[in-house]
Amino acid sequence: MSRAFIGMPAFPAGAKEALGNPQLRSNLHHATTTIRDKRARVIAELPEWEDLRLSGAAIKDDVGRHLDRYLEQFEAEFTAAGGHVHWARDADEANRIVVDLVRATGETEVVKVKSMVTVECALNEALAEAGITALETDLAELIVQLADDLPSHILVPAIHLSRGEIREIFLANMSGVRDDLTDDPADLAGSARAYLRKRFMSAKVGISGANFMIADTGTLVVLESEGNGRMCLTLPETLISVVGIEKMLPTWSDLEVFMQLLPRSSTAERMNPYTTMWTGAHAGDGPKNVHVVLLDNGRTRALADPVGRQALRCIRCSACLNVCPVYERVGGKAYGSVYPGPIGAILNPLLHSVDNGPVEKSLPFASTLCGRCFEVCPVRIDIPDVLIHLRGRVVEETHHGLPGAEELGMRAAGLVLAKPGLLGAAQRAMGVASRLLSHRSTIGALPIPGWGANWSGARDIPVPPRQSFRRWWRRSHRSELPIPPSAQPQTRSETP
Amino acid sequence: MRVALFVTCLNDTMFPDTGRATVSLLERLGVTVDFPVGQTCCGQMHINSGYRREATTMMRGFLGAFAGYDAIVAPSSSCVGTVRHQFPKLADEAGDPGLTRDVEEVSPRIYDLSEFLVDRLGVEDVGAYFPHTVTYHSTCHSRRGIMLGDRPYRLLRAVRGLTLIDLPNSEECCGFGGTFSVKNPDVSVAMGSDKVRHVRETGAEVLVAADRSCLMHLGGLVSRSRGGVKTMHLAEVLAQTEESGHGHRRAS
Repeated sequence: MSRAFIGMPAFPAGAKEALGNPQLRSNLHHATTTIRDKRARVIAELPEWEDLRLSGAAIKDDVGRHLDRYLEQFEAEFTAAGGHVHWARDADEANRIVVDLVRATGETEVVKVKSMVTVECALNEALAEAGITALETDLAELIVQLADDLPSHILVPAIHLSRGEIREIFLANMSGVRDDLTDDPADLAGSARAYLRKRFMSAKVGISGANFMIADTGTLVVLESEGNGRMCLTLPETLISVVGIEKMLPTWSDLEVFMQLLPRSSTAERMNPYTTMWTGAHAGDGPKNVHVVLLDNGRTRALADPVGRQALRCIRCSACLNVCPVYERVGGKAYGSVYPGPIGAILNPLLHSVDNGPVEKSLPFASTLCGRCFEVCPVRIDIPDVLIHLRGRVVEETHHGLPGAEELGMRAAGLVLAKPGLLGAAQRAMGVASRLLSHRSTIGALPIPGWGANWSGARDIPVPPRQSFRRWWRRSHRSELPIPPSAQPQTRSETP
Repeated sequence: MRVALFVTCLNDTMFPDTGRATVSLLERLGVTVDFPVGQTCCGQMHINSGYRREATTMMRGFLGAFAGYDAIVAPSSSCVGTVRHQFPKLADEAGDPGLTRDVEEVSPRIYDLSEFLVDRLGVEDVGAYFPHTVTYHSTCHSRRGIMLGDRPYRLLRAVRGLTLIDLPNSEECCGFGGTFSVKNPDVSVAMGSDKVRHVRETGAEVLVAADRSCLMHLGGLVSRSRGGVKTMHLAEVLAQTEESGHGHRRAS
């Protein structure tokens, strides 16, 4: 968990706050519906899309099964090509390695390529503590950094901000910006370009993540749209890349599949404008000192979970965020974690375990299980299925303490619903209540806190019927009461 | 063909008219329906909320109650989805080969009402009469869970007197989500309010769906805002005939 995200409220509270912000709702609705429609159009162009998804999932599952071998193969190839490989168990270890490498250059400023994994590690904060200034060069990431804000989307971290808000941030915090800056996108991008260009030319150290690393060639791959990433990856003398170990692909030719899956799913483009690939270091061509930090930080924990491990297929395209009805209404920050949206709701609890804190405990429940995320996922992560699995884990973990109102209620309901006789008795009691409420058709807001109040705050409750279905059936079909076709049905499944 | 009705615990307890309509529709089509009285609940709420142990007990009860039938018909796509997709996983976890065998035998025999009518009985025109404007909400479980496709639409279009109006953004979730509706009430209500707005845009008199649970959520929102739109389960619309009184029996 990123330090930057520590102390965030659990999902229901974060969501409630976000829902109260109409500007945020409108920004998110506009942005997600636009990208959603564009994505659907470019994917409809590929008749083999479902085959590509199956291939993507199969390649990533193979990576998971043989990760030890692929990592060592990558290390050998990358090292043979003149690069340096470092291994980090967790975020703190990765940050120490990066800080030491930057210190060794004597520099106090670094330029950064947009990278989720460095947000996950809170690398910028660790660098700042060591007296090193990290400059984000992805436009949206720069906006978030200048505003001292948190990213709210995997691909579009400033999705929660409007053009007008961005203009205000630039005017307040970007040195050298013109006073007559407008909120025209070209004008905003132009001023960021002027601001960044000077820094690219003087930067001695670049820091990046990677979209893929290729085991059989020892190659790192970064896909981007702006070209600012390419500046950071080619101009500095030293390049340090922090890469999650699940980013592996076994062979160079596997890129064929992922270069079709990723751009269409993320930016809804047939091909992204800039793809940079590098294998170790080469004299007279790009950075001289090339490092990669291979990061675990909970990935082997996720890999050990037989249902959850499919989350490690994720290529961070954010298609699931863009179609999620919950994300669309609350935005990324409500999730209280670096990875928001449906993938974040499973990835955070898997990386850090469900008992890490209230955020991880709340995230598996931050979904209606509507299934749109699975429909669009380019590597077929069955997010609803993993959510249901993690909910079971949350209940198991909670079970060790004193049972709360929810657990008592659910266990009691379990007892009633397991016995037709008890269910019938409960229904008869509701029938009595129904007669008492015979003057009305619905029940309004309930004053008792808990699930009843949560339901009835904005929704009426129907008055229960006077007689349940089973009672009606007994009365109307008594003469033809069916005899169960199996003589002793309850015992059939007990004995294997 | 031995046909059993799985009425579902929600319909049994809160919406018996949905069960009665299912029975009357099937009987009208010449199907003899049994109601195995040992049935209670498929365990969906418990599975989706993380209470897998309780759900496994309920699953055992379900398998016992419905063993031996050729077909099990349920007026609920989400319960059908639970039996089809979650039962095998629960049985697997229990590590009980007998349980797995029972699931393999019973699960393939469950049908959502639309599936049973269109695929098993081969009918689209069920002889219904309902002279009202209707819009149909394809719930997530019916659309993406068990892939009902256009079956409910075909059934509704064949109803005499019925005008079917397309629901805008029909692929979008209504925000019910089982216990999501009470664990995250604010998001649930925000989503539901958007759905209700789209329903109102159609000008339809009646909102129809294959899941009473989603309709309970949307109906609750409509009722609180004195909305005027009625909610009816698909079975209740299909059960209406000229003789049954034009669909005014109960639409809550």
